[in-house]
Amino acid sequence: MTEKVKVRIDGEVIAATPGQTILEVARANDKYIPALCYMEGLSAVGACRLCMVEVAGVARLLPACTTPVQEGLAVNTSSPQLQSYRKIALELLFAERNHVCAVCVSSGHCELQSLAQEHGITYIRYPYNFPKLAVDTTHPRFVLDQNRCILCSRCVRTCDEIEGAHVWDVSGRGIQSRLVSELKRPWGEATTCTSCGKCVQACPTGAMAEKGWGVEEMTKRPAVVSRLTSMREGQ
Amino acid sequence: MDKVKIGTCWLDGCSGCHMSLLDMDEAIVAVLGKADIVFGPLVDAQEWPEGVDVAVIEGAISSQDDLELAQTARARSKIVVALGDCAVTGNVPSMRNGIPTAKLIERVYVEGATADPQVPTDGVPALLKQAGPLQSAIKVDIHVPGCPPKPEGILFVLGELLEGRVPDLGSKLRFG
Repeated sequence: MTEKVKVRIDGEVIAATPGQTILEVARANDKYIPALCYMEGLSAVGACRLCMVEVAGVARLLPACTTPVQEGLAVNTSSPQLQSYRKIALELLFAERNHVCAVCVSSGHCELQSLAQEHGITYIRYPYNFPKLAVDTTHPRFVLDQNRCILCSRCVRTCDEIEGAHVWDVSGRGIQSRLVSELKRPWGEATTCTSCGKCVQACPTGAMAEKGWGVEEMTKRPAVVSRLTSMREGQ
Repeated sequence: MDKVKIGTCWLDGCSGCHMSLLDMDEAIVAVLGKADIVFGPLVDAQEWPEGVDVAVIEGAISSQDDLELAQTARARSKIVVALGDCAVTGNVPSMRNGIPTAKLIERVYVEGATADPQVPTDGVPALLKQAGPLQSAIKVDIHVPGCPPKPEGILFVLGELLEGRVPDLGSKLRFG
């Protein structure tokens, strides 16, 4: 049996396995840290910055999803400063693209929308970017709406690490970053896509959806995707 | 004590937020016991009056008329409430923002018309380049999200304001 390490999360001493990240330890012990780009069963990339935590003795904030635990680590998961940074991160996601919840298939089941509500966001303090973005409807069963994409890359990692097809990538830099299928070929023409739909299930917003659903009708099952990894690992 | 003066209006919206306001059912009787609605779609007044306590504004700022009414309401009211997603985020009206206005009008009134296609000019205000949330044009004091906001949320906001408190919506309402 592996040696356990003792860590402190919000004051509570917890025994953790070396190699586990702060987020994994927190979630395994019913301690809530918000996250959007993290999904169980996928590699962690630290992209959304929502899981930032304060670690005693470290001057800067660290993403809980990519920081491994070590003996004596003491973490604070929800100070007023962290709450204010998380609000900013969420608001910037809303300001960057066109998240029109009122006409979205995922409204009511959207991780971005519910995190905004949870953080008491009633409006966005920053000017909206209102970019002109494409909707790819070329796939016979699925649709990709760039207006609602937050670039969490859960679809990219799901397709690469679980399905093994690697249809998706993020192209461009900064605010010009776009999710692309098969080096910018329309999704419907992507020859590597197996049409398994796991990317759709992994997507936290309405950016990827099954065709045929109306507003508020599309529910996702990311846990089904996560389970594939744990089954392969024999857990 | 004098009654609180409430003014309401809808700019680029669908009137759904006003429907939700009325949807608080009998609770509106208690509100009207403490407040008078001095301007709005259900009131005869032609001009936003001076000395309004609470302005409740639905809809995005999309046209020159929207902008002017919002500015008048702001100048003549103590507190401005942005009611609903169009006023709070731009929402559906802002979905046209990537399209140049001339092209948009042409598409709707000429290409999209089955009879008598022409761009309307008489009695219609000029469209602004983009439709935006209320706060892109005027200072907003309270934001009430939702499409439409739930009647209980609107009632909570009005109730708090009528009691002289600043409403803290916390996590009561969401976008959409």
